[in-house]
Amino acid sequence: MNHASIEKSIPLMAILTLLVVAIGGLVEIVPLFYLKSTIEKVEGMRPYTPLELKGRDIYIREGCYNCHSQMIRPFRDEDQRYGHYSLAAESMYDHPFQWGSKRTGPDLARVGGKYSSLWHQAHMRRPKDVAPESVMPSYPWLEKTELDFADVGKRMEALAKVGVPYSREQITHAANDLKTQAGLNGELQGLQQRYGKRVTIGEREPGNHPITELDALIGYLQMLGTLVDFSVPQPQAR
Amino acid sequence: MIAHSGNMETYDYDVVKKFTIMSVVYGIVGFLLGVIIALELAFPELNGGISYISFGRLRPLHTSAVIFAFGGCVLFACSYYVVQRTCKARLFSDALSKFTFWGWNLVIVLAVITYPLGLTQGKEYAETIWPIDILITVVWVAYFINFVGTLAKRKEKHIYVANWFFLAFIITVAMLHIVNNLAIPVNLTDSYSIYPGVQDAMIQWWYGHNAVGFFLTAAFLGLMYYFVPKQAERPVYSYRLSIVHFWALAFLYIWAGPHHLHYTALPDWASTLGATFSIMLLLPSWGGMINGIMTLSGAWHKLRTDPILRFFIISLSFYGMSTFEGPMMSIKTVNALSHYTDWSIGHVHSGALGWVAMVSFGAIYHLVPKLWGTQTWSVRLINVHFWLATIGIVIYIVSMWISGIMQGLMWRAYDHYGNLTYSFAETVGAMHPYYVFRAVGGIIFLLGALLMAFNVAKTIGNKGEPSPLRTA
Repeated sequence: MNHASIEKSIPLMAILTLLVVAIGGLVEIVPLFYLKSTIEKVEGMRPYTPLELKGRDIYIREGCYNCHSQMIRPFRDEDQRYGHYSLAAESMYDHPFQWGSKRTGPDLARVGGKYSSLWHQAHMRRPKDVAPESVMPSYPWLEKTELDFADVGKRMEALAKVGVPYSREQITHAANDLKTQAGLNGELQGLQQRYGKRVTIGEREPGNHPITELDALIGYLQMLGTLVDFSVPQPQAR
Repeated sequence: MIAHSGNMETYDYDVVKKFTIMSVVYGIVGFLLGVIIALELAFPELNGGISYISFGRLRPLHTSAVIFAFGGCVLFACSYYVVQRTCKARLFSDALSKFTFWGWNLVIVLAVITYPLGLTQGKEYAETIWPIDILITVVWVAYFINFVGTLAKRKEKHIYVANWFFLAFIITVAMLHIVNNLAIPVNLTDSYSIYPGVQDAMIQWWYGHNAVGFFLTAAFLGLMYYFVPKQAERPVYSYRLSIVHFWALAFLYIWAGPHHLHYTALPDWASTLGATFSIMLLLPSWGGMINGIMTLSGAWHKLRTDPILRFFIISLSFYGMSTFEGPMMSIKTVNALSHYTDWSIGHVHSGALGWVAMVSFGAIYHLVPKLWGTQTWSVRLINVHFWLATIGIVIYIVSMWISGIMQGLMWRAYDHYGNLTYSFAETVGAMHPYYVFRAVGGIIFLLGALLMAFNVAKTIGNKGEPSPLRTA
């Protein structure tokens, strides 16, 4: 068959093109879904708590991924600057992934626990107050906006449909768990029983002010990179 | 409906005209947004604490405006023009032509509304929320039917090479768009990608890199294969080369995505495969560049008098440069330095401004007088635009090279005691002058585009004496 016969036939041209462009993706993508070695087995990974999930949605809404990566590479300098390199397992419940592609600001994969929540509040209000060189925008609206979490259960249900193992119980208690983690009344025991003992509880100033979007975002940031305990040796991936 | 070739009445130029005008409009909008966010990085106070114009929400608007609004309208205009001229047939369906025009513009308007509101999928270059994604799919299917339907009506036995590239672009973008955007909706605006972490990352960059490969490369090569020979009044340099590099480009490009994920949690085999194919990709890329530039064989003297041809030749030169830089940056050791820095931003812009925008400007200047049956208002102004665009790009790329490589080196610098020399904040502080230079480069580039808009408007209404160019 010479090329003239291809360029005289639309179906032939179209089908051959589709075949040619399909191969690369098939070879690179499909094995990732069944090769066990793609995601190493580690202890500690759990789905996001309702507060962290709302915070993550705000992280996505504000386009934080445009300037912050969440993917530490296995280099000496990155290990020293950010901590242990990121594992595939650490984003196994991320829909979508937020690895990012640019570090206009620093990597955030292990920012959890690195700064106090008070620091984060000041930083989001006006980044230059705590980091004079910063080119990050101020996010004053986050602490002024009350968090709307009426839909958090619905969001967890949607995530359950794409494979995040949220239990019925977790979804039922979503709103209460969110309040508990934000530092409002509620039974801490239930939250810890559903999400583990190491769930970070928000630091709240006294008084009856509402939960803000900033509370949720900080809840998310303070969790980042803290789930897998690297002080305990991890079993190697096959 | 179809009389004979060359008769303007037989072709549907109406839709081509509309897309051409919108491409000029969206070009300016997209470049302006780029200037704004460049200035926000240089002077972060500029967003004034207003959520709608903060960097994280505007940057997707900039990328979508230049790629899908400006680039998309250029491609609709040119593919509709080229397919009619090379098939000697009117577009398959006037209704579908109109539908693609209004549908695509609706997509753009919806993106302009939703992004500043923070409605996003959070995937780069695929930020549009799920209802818009469905609309894009519908418009794209209509585009496919309209394009293939026109090919089917052709009066020539052979499908012209430009149309191979357009066809590959339409088919591949459909595949990428649908697979990458599969998601489970939460409500009318929000959804969650069906893929988790590492798989989502792979699919995203399979999509992302081939948005570059097929939207910004293959399709614009289609444009090149029509307009360069036409403007130079020479045949395409090598028919054989066009066959070889077309199939090689289509096959190899799709593998290149995982070079965006070197040293990440993506398995090493995948990113190594991505780098391997990225390096091989140099050959078909340069095949296209050579075929374009060598088309000027025997017509090089025209560069002295024809600024439109200059746009084409410099665009091919930038194409050659960035398709050399790309494979180089996909090598792991280079990528270890360049990734996450402004070097990537510079690389993207040498392709997007140098190749895509320059070849588009050439095509627009070629098209407008032909579509409206008028004379180019000012050839001199085209030349001024050419130099403004070129200088703007060079300032942009050079400042990003310096800032990118410098920041990459600062991140990994160690002092004599084995401690990191610079805090992250110090490396950000060092970027400031280059962010200012970059904004200056962007402003110069934008000025050129404004001149083009003025010249195009004047040309549409110009029934005067033929300019020296037009008499050629």
